[in-house]
Amino acid sequence: MSADHKTTQLDAPLSETTRTVTVVSWKTAGVLLTVTVLYALLLIAVPHTGDVRFLLSQRGDFFQIPVIVVPAAPLAWACGAVMLVVTALAFVLTARGAKAPLWAVVLFSLAGLIGFLAWAGAGSPRDLSIVGLLSGAVLWSVPFVYGALGGVIGERAGVVNIAIEAQLLGAAFTAAIVSSITDSAVAGLFAAVLAGALVALVLGLFAITYHVNQVIVGVVLNVLVIGLTSFLYSQVLVPSAETLNSTTRFQSIPIPVLSDIPVLGPVLFDQPLLIYLMFIAVPAVWYALNRTRWGLRLRSVGEHPKAADTVGIDVVRTRYNALLVAGAVAGLGGAFYTTVNLSQFGENMTGGAGYIALAAVIFGKWDPVRAAFAGLLFGFASNLQNVLSVVGSPVPSQFMLMVPYVVTLLAVAGLVGRSRPPAASGEPYIKG
Amino acid sequence: MNAPDSSPGSNPEQEAGLDPGTAEELEQERARVAGEPAGAHTDTESRLAKALQQTMSSSWTVSVGAVLLAVVAGSIMIAFTDEDVKAASSYFFARPGDTLVALGQAIGGAYAALFRGSVVNLQAPDFVTAIRPLTETLTYATPLIAAGLGVALAFRAGLFNIGGQGQMLMAAAAAGWVGFGVSGVPFPLHLLMALVAGIAAGALWAGIAGLLKARTGAHEVIVTIMLNYVAFYLIAYLLATPGLLQAPGSSNPKTPPTAESAQLPPLLGEQFNLTWGFVLALLAVLGVWWLLNRSSVGFSFRAVGENPRAARVAGIDTGRATVSSMLVAGGLVGLAGASQVLGGVTTGFSSDIDAGIGFDAITVALLGGSNPWGVLAAGILFGAFKAGGSTMQAAEGIPSDIVLVVQSLIVLFIAAPPLVRAIFRLPDPNRRRTPKKAKATRKEAAA
Repeated sequence: MSADHKTTQLDAPLSETTRTVTVVSWKTAGVLLTVTVLYALLLIAVPHTGDVRFLLSQRGDFFQIPVIVVPAAPLAWACGAVMLVVTALAFVLTARGAKAPLWAVVLFSLAGLIGFLAWAGAGSPRDLSIVGLLSGAVLWSVPFVYGALGGVIGERAGVVNIAIEAQLLGAAFTAAIVSSITDSAVAGLFAAVLAGALVALVLGLFAITYHVNQVIVGVVLNVLVIGLTSFLYSQVLVPSAETLNSTTRFQSIPIPVLSDIPVLGPVLFDQPLLIYLMFIAVPAVWYALNRTRWGLRLRSVGEHPKAADTVGIDVVRTRYNALLVAGAVAGLGGAFYTTVNLSQFGENMTGGAGYIALAAVIFGKWDPVRAAFAGLLFGFASNLQNVLSVVGSPVPSQFMLMVPYVVTLLAVAGLVGRSRPPAASGEPYIKG
Repeated sequence: MNAPDSSPGSNPEQEAGLDPGTAEELEQERARVAGEPAGAHTDTESRLAKALQQTMSSSWTVSVGAVLLAVVAGSIMIAFTDEDVKAASSYFFARPGDTLVALGQAIGGAYAALFRGSVVNLQAPDFVTAIRPLTETLTYATPLIAAGLGVALAFRAGLFNIGGQGQMLMAAAAAGWVGFGVSGVPFPLHLLMALVAGIAAGALWAGIAGLLKARTGAHEVIVTIMLNYVAFYLIAYLLATPGLLQAPGSSNPKTPPTAESAQLPPLLGEQFNLTWGFVLALLAVLGVWWLLNRSSVGFSFRAVGENPRAARVAGIDTGRATVSSMLVAGGLVGLAGASQVLGGVTTGFSSDIDAGIGFDAITVALLGGSNPWGVLAAGILFGAFKAGGSTMQAAEGIPSDIVLVVQSLIVLFIAAPPLVRAIFRLPDPNRRRTPKKAKATRKEAAA
């Protein structure tokens, strides 16, 4: 027994590395196959005939595209065929020792999505508005994307930012009050940024200065901010709702020419200021993290604080700095709730969005661009409900709503796999 | 669950190939696990005793300080938002006494109500009404303790179980379905079936996260969060579908009431809400303590939680430990869900049956230091806050959300002893010891 044991111990690291490589690639193909089979089963088990009406333009658009009416079942099956081909391709590539390329996965997802929508909207007399689906997805992804960016910045510097929820909620609350008092959405936005940074400062005080477990501080801050805002809401905001809780919201700003592009125009270029900011923020954060001295120092502090300290980087200061930026960015996401979406604050109105943003951080493997796309996916998921309720869905709506989360589960298990956080993430740095 | 030879106490050769540090640690663990009188380890023991003494002497003052600080913060919030205080402070310089009286009334009233609602009602006409708040506290504490244990156990195995909501929902659905769907089974058997169903459902739901983590490396945080949503929508569907969980003849998303024969009987008689569920929670505390500190399975959980690589080198199947720790954790959270349906809300439930306990449990586990007895104490404390908070809201008109603030501040301050010491100017035990030691060394040198 003991001899056996030693052999395995000796072999363990080597066999493990080789094994992991192969397992990861087969997994992608396996997940694609699973999804394809599930999709086919869905089409067989709940057959759905009739036409689906895809609406690609809105009334008042510069270019009017007629409603596209397609027989749903053939379209759905055609999409299924595409999925099958991609799956086969993935298997062939994996057998040759190559990885399935990203474009194949993207094609697969698109086919699956179109097929699913066709199946869901089949036989409905109403139009399925693609523009509404996508622009809503962009809109709803705002808190997730900003929250995920905040999470990425914090964690790359070695501080687990579980307090994203607190930053979003605190920012939404502050933005509501300031925007109501000043009658200015921009003032609300600035207040939200400050509130997010303030929550991050408290997180930093406990996590960086007092070396408290970062998960504890994050979770507790979330509870603290829910308690604080709910208390102040019912004690202060409700009695004087007129003056303190009726915000001025950002209006959509259509960008000339660009907003006239069919489909993409209204989705991307006819949105409020906060969303344009988001389009800038994602590449900006990527650039700042990967191409600037600030980002290099930030990442070094998150990967190996001792080494960073040795070469003269002030670990504590860099972490505070990163955390404040993270909080400010997450605060922008919080402003969405009270300066874009609604014109008043409600108790616990973020409802766990911070945790979804955290999931997006991990899903995006601690990379700002990938995390933003993960946030977009969750935004799409949140919006799907609205669109499908208009069309009237063939299966119970609850299952429709569940689909994005199940897909995320499958994706995390199959496509993302073992994710590696920054090495020093969650570790307080004690000098000496 | 583990093969006997992987138990740390039985195979000394297993550690032969380890580096001395790990071997020594394993040795200590083995001594603790086996309960050996560790004669050879006096060094370790004295170190342990010293550490214990240190924490005891300092942590009590810090805990009291933390509670004080949190209460002060709560008082400030009450003072700033109370109408009478506001009115009186407008003429503060003319009659400062009024403001102080109003302050005293607002803050004193609030905390008196909190105490009245959670410990003893001194205004009560008879004994039963007087101690009723205490039983309410324990009633609220029951699911918090069970779910807190689930989160704490996962923590010890190095897993962050945010999926309490989903696990509770699945458990409540399973226990509830057995509770009202099965008929003709006599009392204790029916209850047992419902409990087992609930615990199994919670365990399975958490087990998915464990399995995905062990097999594919999917991060348990993201998986448990996603499973929360899946469970929520699944339960919403079951509740909205006649013939599944929805009460017959109703269009509300609500279940029929739990059958009499599946309910947890009252622990102290019909006049109190406290049920035998509390005893189950206590048993769970004992069970988790035994599992973590006295069993080889629990040892493997802790070893994997402390250092998965070292654990694997020592011959522990880390994947198996991950899956089984999530199964046990989910089962404990499932107990919380089942106790809600079979004891707390027996009149039928809807999709908010988890009542946020899955998330509260994280705070409970953190405050309890992920240790079963700590979780018990933290669960009772938070139960008291919940019970007192509703009384405070009813009697004084102060939103019970303030309880959340005070709770979270307590956890935060307890987690940061240096901050509390700095605020109260308490001596730092570590700093005090160093000069003494130095003095002693000097004396020795002089001699």
